[in-house]
Amino acid sequence: MTDENNDTGVPAPEGAADIIDTDYQIGQDNIQTRLGPFGFDIHNPVFMISGLVVIAFVAYALIAPTHASDFFGWLRPALTSTFDWFFLWAANIFVIFCLLLIVSPWGSVRLGGTDATPDYGYAGWFAMLFAAGMGIGLMFFGVLEPAYYFGTPWGDEPLGVVRPFTEDGTLIEGNIEEARRMALAATSYHWALHPWAIYAVVALSLALFSYNKGLPLSIRSAFYPILGDRVWGWTGHIIDTLAVFATLFGLATSLGLGAQQANAGLEYVYGIPNSVTVQVILIIGITAIALVSVLRGLDGGVKVLSEINMVIALALLLFVLFAAGAVGIVSGFFSTLVAYVQEVIPLSNPHGREDTGYMQGWTAFYWAWWISWSPFVGMFIARVSRGRTVREFITCVLIIPSVVCIFWMAVFGGAAIEDLITDPQGSAVKAQVIDAYNPPLSLFAMLESLPLAAITSTIGIVLVIVFFVTSSDSGSLVIDTITAGGKVDAPVTQRIFWCTFEGLVAIALLIGGGLTSLQAMVISTGLPFTLILLVLCVGIVMGLMSEKRNT
Amino acid sequence: MFTRIMTPVDLAHRDQLERALQCSADLASHYDVPVVYVGVTTEQPSPVAHTPKEYAAKLDKFVAEQTEKHGIKGEAHAMAAHDPTTDLDDALLKAVDEVGADLVVMASHIPNVFDYIWPSNGGKIAEHAKASVFVVRG
Repeated sequence: MTDENNDTGVPAPEGAADIIDTDYQIGQDNIQTRLGPFGFDIHNPVFMISGLVVIAFVAYALIAPTHASDFFGWLRPALTSTFDWFFLWAANIFVIFCLLLIVSPWGSVRLGGTDATPDYGYAGWFAMLFAAGMGIGLMFFGVLEPAYYFGTPWGDEPLGVVRPFTEDGTLIEGNIEEARRMALAATSYHWALHPWAIYAVVALSLALFSYNKGLPLSIRSAFYPILGDRVWGWTGHIIDTLAVFATLFGLATSLGLGAQQANAGLEYVYGIPNSVTVQVILIIGITAIALVSVLRGLDGGVKVLSEINMVIALALLLFVLFAAGAVGIVSGFFSTLVAYVQEVIPLSNPHGREDTGYMQGWTAFYWAWWISWSPFVGMFIARVSRGRTVREFITCVLIIPSVVCIFWMAVFGGAAIEDLITDPQGSAVKAQVIDAYNPPLSLFAMLESLPLAAITSTIGIVLVIVFFVTSSDSGSLVIDTITAGGKVDAPVTQRIFWCTFEGLVAIALLIGGGLTSLQAMVISTGLPFTLILLVLCVGIVMGLMSEKRNT
Repeated sequence: MFTRIMTPVDLAHRDQLERALQCSADLASHYDVPVVYVGVTTEQPSPVAHTPKEYAAKLDKFVAEQTEKHGIKGEAHAMAAHDPTTDLDDALLKAVDEVGADLVVMASHIPNVFDYIWPSNGGKIAEHAKASVFVVRG
């Protein structure tokens, strides 16, 4: 390996950034080799261990499917019920932490040094934030969640709100307003400030330690202020391996389950058979498009797809908005905003609650889920956010996406609830969400009640698929960077490897069973990551303090 | 014949550039024209430099060494790319226009089967640049 960095640790900061003085050289533990025609530049411990552990877990799920599903099926709910208070409080701390950063003097620190200019304009930046962070979830839960809270007969109403239906399914007029208000507020709670604060914490710490402190773009770098040079040893290997592991399994299981959902949609809309063969074809198709995207790179692939997706999603949003009655929904959006502000504190307080079905089954589950995804999304956000100030960064990663998500929920949820109350007996939403709990079909059921259902359902399926592509390609870039010791210019072969590997894991789990159990396992990693994230907050403050003092 | 030579350099693999550097220096002295050394870096910290600024400083130092060694005139031109794995060719093509070079002298890698699928950097530059391109085998 050629090493040009012998004077590392004392590069001239030029008053721009406060670079950390460490003897570690990026890529010093990497092996660069050639295997036939393939060139490699990998951080061997992290690359090998991640790869082998992933294979081991896939083998476990395939060889002992019952054991795996029993164990993880027990583990995940056990964690989210036992540690519900911990998840809720941690998420609250992240929100408060981020909001404080906006108003603190540290908000003026610029990521990338005082003279840095943003790499991406607002449009491309937002598109990538959304596509990596939430895209698919908005498609899946936009109808499901508000409709579920509105009509749930299973006793998990948020904050024990009144039910708008009697036992035999007749509407109680007097309860509709209150139930609608709470359903939209409780959904917004899961999609607004809290998840984005989780992403913002991870992304900010990575961006700060990479762009301002000169450490490699890898999860371990964020631990430098606390662990010091130990992060370059096994402690760091374990942190990075865990991040790769959670990202890869998170993506692979979502890809498998997503293929099942897309297939369910295709069956509902076009009558295409719901079979493993179709699902495997879908996974291969999604992986193939993702491959093209990673080969075209960040600007030519990921960004372009994200922008296309945003345009289609916006078109669908506007269509639903106008088709379902713009005036009602826009006023619904403002009352949802008000309801969110009023209810966010009671909803985020874990003590003395009786609605454990909602708090543990939904909130704690969501928090664990967002947190297990945060290394991936955070690292991707960090990668594209150079040149923004901390204040601008938090505002744009926290406040604006929150408002957009609340609007999205108000439109899709509002339209779904409208459909529920207009005709409770004939409502497709009620049939799919309440009567037969069939989550993948909730979006299509809502679109059915609007005009041009055949066209919009097709757009819906396309969106679901392209959102999977944008998760898959950005995830492959992130995994590639972590397993290359923080190098972002590793040989293209490695991207192909991770992207393909992810598709293969998804196919193996789809055919052999085990998607659900391994997804439960991924969500379980949310617990240790929550601790890690709390530590990151301390690291961010330490990093920002030294940045402020020394520049 | 030529007025300005551009030579892309990868500071992380300096040892593999020797022949190309010698070649561009020889041509520069022959025609008595300056060489513009172009380096593309990542915005993220890399083994070569922590920041694009530090990279630019290192490239300047490199150019100073080259001009002294070969007795030619030289300039540095540092660029940053979002995703150099795929954007390198485009960055270099842009650089050809930016520096106004009419000859590009660059090192190549050893050809392999993947060049049929992804063109090599030298191959792509030769195909698309308006300037003449001299690809030197390492």
